[in-house]
Amino acid sequence: METIKTQDITVNDLPWKIECKPDRCTMCGSCVAACTFQAIMPAVERRSITVSTGHRPEPSQKHSAVLTIKQRNNIENACTGCGMCEKICPNQAIKPVRNPDSRFSLLARKGGSPIKRGGRTSLNSGRTLDNIIVGRISQMTDPALDSERHTFDILAPFGRVLMPHELPLSVVNGTLNLTAKLPPVNWIYPIIFSDMSIGALSTRAWEAVALATAYLNEKHNMPVRMSSGEGGMPVKLLESEQLKYMILQIASGHFGWNRIVKAIPKMKVDPAGVLIKIGQGAKPGDGGLLPAAKVADHVQAIRGVPKADLMSPPNHQGLYSIEESVQKMFLSMNAAFKFRVPVAIKCAASATSVSVYNNLLRDPYRICGGFFLDGIQGGTGAANEISLDHTGHPVVSKTRECYLSAVKQGRQGQIPLWAGGGIGLTGNAAADAFKVICLGANGVFLGKILIQLLGCVGNEHGRCNACNTGKCPAGICTQDPRLVERLDIDKGAQNIVEYMLALDSELRKLMAPIGNSSLPVGRSDALVTTDQAIAEKLAIQYVC
Amino acid sequence: MCRIGAIKSKEFFHPSAALHLMLPQQEGHDNSGFAMVMQDLAGVFSKHKDKPLLSLACTQKGAKLVEDYMEANDFRQLAEWIPRGVKNVKLDIKAMPYYIFRNYDYPEYYRDASEEAKGELLLDTRLALRELLEKQEQGYVYSFWPDVLTLKEIGDPWDIATYFKLWDNNGDLMAKNVVVQCRQNTNYDIVRYAAHPFFLQGYTLCANGENTFYTKNKEYQKSLHRGYIGFESDSQNFLYTLHYVLQELKWPIKYYKHVITPLPFNELSLRSDGAELRAIRQSLGSLEINGPNTVIGMLPNGNIITCCDSKKLRPVVVGGDGTMVAIASEVCGLNAILPHRNQEQDVYPNEREVVIINDALEVERWKQ
Ligand code: SF4
Ligand code: SF4
Ligand code: SF4
Repeated sequence: METIKTQDITVNDLPWKIECKPDRCTMCGSCVAACTFQAIMPAVERRSITVSTGHRPEPSQKHSAVLTIKQRNNIENACTGCGMCEKICPNQAIKPVRNPDSRFSLLARKGGSPIKRGGRTSLNSGRTLDNIIVGRISQMTDPALDSERHTFDILAPFGRVLMPHELPLSVVNGTLNLTAKLPPVNWIYPIIFSDMSIGALSTRAWEAVALATAYLNEKHNMPVRMSSGEGGMPVKLLESEQLKYMILQIASGHFGWNRIVKAIPKMKVDPAGVLIKIGQGAKPGDGGLLPAAKVADHVQAIRGVPKADLMSPPNHQGLYSIEESVQKMFLSMNAAFKFRVPVAIKCAASATSVSVYNNLLRDPYRICGGFFLDGIQGGTGAANEISLDHTGHPVVSKTRECYLSAVKQGRQGQIPLWAGGGIGLTGNAAADAFKVICLGANGVFLGKILIQLLGCVGNEHGRCNACNTGKCPAGICTQDPRLVERLDIDKGAQNIVEYMLALDSELRKLMAPIGNSSLPVGRSDALVTTDQAIAEKLAIQYVC
Repeated sequence: MCRIGAIKSKEFFHPSAALHLMLPQQEGHDNSGFAMVMQDLAGVFSKHKDKPLLSLACTQKGAKLVEDYMEANDFRQLAEWIPRGVKNVKLDIKAMPYYIFRNYDYPEYYRDASEEAKGELLLDTRLALRELLEKQEQGYVYSFWPDVLTLKEIGDPWDIATYFKLWDNNGDLMAKNVVVQCRQNTNYDIVRYAAHPFFLQGYTLCANGENTFYTKNKEYQKSLHRGYIGFESDSQNFLYTLHYVLQELKWPIKYYKHVITPLPFNELSLRSDGAELRAIRQSLGSLEINGPNTVIGMLPNGNIITCCDSKKLRPVVVGGDGTMVAIASEVCGLNAILPHRNQEQDVYPNEREVVIINDALEVERWKQ
């Protein structure tokens, strides 16, 4: 008999417990090979078995050593619940089970360092949008449209829109003529594939998203744009025709920007836009982090960096004020592309978002071509859990506030509002997008849901979310060539394409009953809610 | 649904013509109200066509408030037509105690002012009167503009006409242009300010339908101009946009249609003026309308226009006989006042068309 050492970590302290049925297991070893976290291992256990082989019961007890699958009981190799073992087991002999008595959060700060993980916030997964219903259905006086038969203009602006009286128009023979160039505006699909970098993603995963983007544009006429994420992109793509589907991102680390600037003379087409990332919805203020484990050779090449932890500071260096950002960043980005490419800005939703938006609206240079608001429910590849779960701001009310603030000044639509962070959290991105658009957004951006379509199994209930470890079991958030192989690019891209086609039909299914053939931006009268507090906050109708 | 109509004539005609235009279409409205705006007047007001004419309905106290205000602001009364209503309990009309139609001379210091400055003064005066009456709930002011008279009331159009003696033509009240509406009130409480036609600085408009971009339009228009107020009806949006495009932006009339029902982006890219139209759609996206609608508008120069929304179309027909052209929701209205016109020349505007009738009664139609 051993004495219990209560400080020892046991499987029951971990967030997931492996359930293995020895009677079904053939000890093929597939699960052990598949587990990227080395959470399980083959083990030998001593068993006592009672057997009776004769015609009459003659029980005898046998001791034997049997092979079995055993869960490792340490923090480093804690099972993440990713379920790859279950997926691969030919005999349905093994599966992870969530452990409600986990002491993980107490034990995982071992060595004095904060808990790190990827994914989304787990504490703030409440869903305002699910409490909102599209409640103004056209009936007698305004017939609904037919989602199959009517044509719909499902497009959103990316670029700075002028006030009508600012348009450089002159009347010649009863006809208006533009007398000067307008700031560039691209009308694109109201859903942007949002900035996930090569580095955070495996090249294959990134390529799958890029492939889906090109396919949607070229085969299905859906002008979906993809934001590169910080860190640049392959030169081959920079110099290809497909660059026109890409929004180049520059973030505080300025990674990869050199390469982009060098490629500008060789670009055949302009990119769809430039997105300056000031902050992001997940872990705002924490900056970006690409752990060294994920800085593979090609990432070093694209970003022009050595193998080390790559930190994007939480703020742009030398960026002390909004005014400075407007002047410096925007001007240089605009100038780099000779004012042909719209430049937008992405900020974390925050208590101060409205003032930032107002400042941009009033900026006399009129060069901010979009305000991307990223909410607390956005995903990330690597973060301190404390930042992920305890900092940030929901995006829905903030988007609404920004819109209404623009309305107050008669400036709605001038700097298109794009909302993200939790759009599609429950898998229903069309409904989410539609509702946010009715509240005043011009469009939305998606990130996490795309990698979920590629096979990511992470969720807001503590499943996987090991994106920071370089051991992504789905081959998405890793640079390990063996893991990356797990991802089938074509199948992944196809999943995204099919999802987007369904989403497009679903958007029509929502536009048709409210009788609108173009996007109902700001049509808050189309929405109702059964929650009084939401009704009050968002200025929509309360119903019960 | 409402029924709307307009008449434009080379000769002065009596408002009963407008009633004859509307009454056959009675099945389409619920007899809950009647309203019209007359422009280019003869009769009582013929001597002061260049002087602003105030149209209001009010209580006795309201009348006093208005008189005091006008006096305090140096407007001098010139002519007046006060209909003495036929008191008859059987009439279905929610009459106000007083209806005042009164010509004023401009304040002395405005007599040599530019037309534009006068236009601003008249608007400010109407807005001030409206506020005054509204605050104390003493009445409604509909228009204050030279050569324009507005009459609105709640009730059965036939009885309203009887009450105002609009059936007997004694030559007091004549006009060359009338825009008229009989209402079916579906969406709103019966409020006098919600009754079409609406008027702003020489622009008159009435609409039949439902504007489902009302909230969007309203939120945008509110900050565009001090005259864009009320929003009691979603059709005021059409008027304010008409005023904004023509009066504020000073764009040619054909762009009105491009603002309210912009072409789809894929069509824009095929047009030689695609860049301009795109810029317009981009900057004026909040003024796009939606829902089934037909609009009839009257411009300060007396031209009358009509057009529809781009998808669902409420019906409207234009027909005429050389001295008179009329527009109506239903052809039976035209048949009542213009039975001998050549029906084959009737125009049914399509979703991309705008029809304009000028003073020579030429019917111009062009495609967006
Ligand atoms: S669920 Fe994932 S982490 Fe856990 S044992 Fe299975 S493969 Fe390993
Ligand atoms: S994959 Fe299944 S059968 Fe094979 S070792 Fe694992 S549990 Fe046993
Ligand atoms: S599957 Fe990969 S991307 Fe998804 S949560 Fe796990 S590690 Fe992150």
